[in-house]
Amino acid sequence: MLAKILNYINTSEKRINIISLFLAIVTGLLFGLVIMIIVSPRDSFPAFLTILTGGFRDIGRVLEIATPLIFTGLSVGFAFKTGLFNIGAPGQLMIGAISAIYIGVRVTFLPAPIHWIVAVLCAGLAGALWGAIPGILKAYRNVNEVVATIMMNYISLYFVSYAVEYQLYDLKNARSLTVAKSAQLPYLGLDKIFTPNTVNFGFILAIIAIVIIYIILEKTTFGFELKAVGFNQHSSKYAGVNDKKGIIMAMLISGLLSGLAGAAIYLTDSFGRHLETTEILIAEGFNGIPVALIGFSNPIGIFFSAIFIGFIELGGFYMQRYDLAPEIIDIIIASIIYFSALLILFRGIIIRLLKHNRFKHKKREEEDG
Amino acid sequence: MDNLPFIIQQMMYFSIPLLVVALGGMFSERSGVVNIALEGIMLFGAFVGVIVVYYIQSTLTGDLLNSVAYAQRVLVYGVLVSGFAGAVFTILHAYASINMRADQIISGTALNLFAPALAIFVARSFAFTNYTQQVSFRRKSFLIRKVPYLGDIPIIGKLLFQNIYITTFIGIGILIISSIILYKTRFGLRLRSCGEHPHAAAAAGINVKMIRYAGVIISGFLGGIGGFTLIVTTTTQFNATVSGYGFLALAVLIFGQWKPGKILLAALFFGLMKTIASAYSLVPLIKDLRLPSQYYKMIPFIATLILLAFTSVKSQAPKAAGEIYDVGKR
Repeated sequence: MLAKILNYINTSEKRINIISLFLAIVTGLLFGLVIMIIVSPRDSFPAFLTILTGGFRDIGRVLEIATPLIFTGLSVGFAFKTGLFNIGAPGQLMIGAISAIYIGVRVTFLPAPIHWIVAVLCAGLAGALWGAIPGILKAYRNVNEVVATIMMNYISLYFVSYAVEYQLYDLKNARSLTVAKSAQLPYLGLDKIFTPNTVNFGFILAIIAIVIIYIILEKTTFGFELKAVGFNQHSSKYAGVNDKKGIIMAMLISGLLSGLAGAAIYLTDSFGRHLETTEILIAEGFNGIPVALIGFSNPIGIFFSAIFIGFIELGGFYMQRYDLAPEIIDIIIASIIYFSALLILFRGIIIRLLKHNRFKHKKREEEDG
Repeated sequence: MDNLPFIIQQMMYFSIPLLVVALGGMFSERSGVVNIALEGIMLFGAFVGVIVVYYIQSTLTGDLLNSVAYAQRVLVYGVLVSGFAGAVFTILHAYASINMRADQIISGTALNLFAPALAIFVARSFAFTNYTQQVSFRRKSFLIRKVPYLGDIPIIGKLLFQNIYITTFIGIGILIISSIILYKTRFGLRLRSCGEHPHAAAAAGINVKMIRYAGVIISGFLGGIGGFTLIVTTTTQFNATVSGYGFLALAVLIFGQWKPGKILLAALFFGLMKTIASAYSLVPLIKDLRLPSQYYKMIPFIATLILLAFTSVKSQAPKAAGEIYDVGKR
């Protein structure tokens, strides 16, 4: 298995990057452990063990947590690949969610399969629109996309709060109304595999999204042009790429992916999650950033990093029975991101180690021979 | 117009933190390091400052507890501690982006993620108030009802020297000092040159890394103060968030074109927008629109977007901001 993976990582450049990321993850986890030891020496080791293994207790739940993270991770990662920092995933997610819920609650004349498909599509479209606005501002008015997407987050936040309170309010439960049965995402047999039936079509859609984004980025001229704009806007413009269109399209696709995350979370039955009027940005949106960063903005890497984060988040949930706050998980994730920013440090260590090993190897060969 | 003094006072509560934090961002970005971590730095500074205030206040009894004069001292301690905490926290960003040549956006994001997690975790672990994440403090005695003498000046006195916090004067002091440092000192000139053309600066014998460290650490100091100021003057408890003010400060910085004077105007504008959003019922014309409250809350953000669309085209961003300084690249 390991040999297969190493074989796949054929170039040494890639291999060093992945090993150093692995080191960053280990360092981040150890850093979390140190903090846990400081806070609660007695409970720290069993609690840490729960973080590392708790995810195995309910793989279905891990996939459920990971599904929206795959979408927002792809969203942030796709924008990253094209040189843009889309910090607006929470807003795009929420506007997608409210669109999906609106269709799910109000447009009930549609028959079953069409109803949820329309709801999902509308979520994507709303997210795409929400992403495209900062894209247009960036392309034509040179507005910093970080600031613009954050402003869009807050506009979305208050709009969603308004829409829930005045249009889609479930008075009894103080939350948004539950979507009609025909608008809930189907299980497609996944409920037979994962017994507490939480994994639904959303996960499959996430996999499809990964494949499509991979193809766009790696196999099409369009994706190549987007990456070229991200690498150097001026020289790609000189080479005949429509840079303005590239920026807008990149933000549009990025927003679309985050919008789909909204559909994946909220097109569920009455036991699932619902939007509230608390005016808090949805965490999955921001968590797309660490997912994308840990996954090197690579669609396949994002899949694994979303699963990883879902895994330790569930572990953190189970850890709560010890006397430790679950925010330790966020501390661990943040420190992993920080350590992965110090990639050059880890790279240096690895290269030195590799050289050292080779040197030792050579020496041994000389001694033997 | 009876409400005008109230609106101006409210505006100052929102504007001063934005001003201080945006000035911090200015020092970092003009030295060539993009500081997207302002949000996290504000939060961290506010957290440490509020804890200190909480502890000092919990030891006070009797007259001292309600004494406005003593409260000012507590507030100044809080400001200093939060600034120091912010500066120390920012060293992480400086180390990653200057020594380790890390992507400044990634390192800044890490700090933004780290600060709230740490604040909630520490607050819950040490349970300042029964296992919740809030840290409460007494705000009442911080407020200066009327500055002696100055508060009696007609009109201006009522607008600027009544119902005010000492942090407002600290903020204005920081603005003046920052402008002098940036434009009238050798350090300021060196800082600006590092942000425009670090290789030329290095050729002139300037230690680019040192200057950038100084710029980033100053931004942390001011960011921490700004975060503390925001929390102490607008709420009575710290809930592990500065509600996007760090990012708003970034917008102020960009809108202010990385210049102290324009940053002041931008901060005042945002403060006014925020005041309209939170106290719209006091402004007759706006109140008559009778919209749901959420629409008023959107105003500052929509206004920011529109203004940025008009002012960003001729952006005067420091040329080398965000670029890694690599000696071998010359």
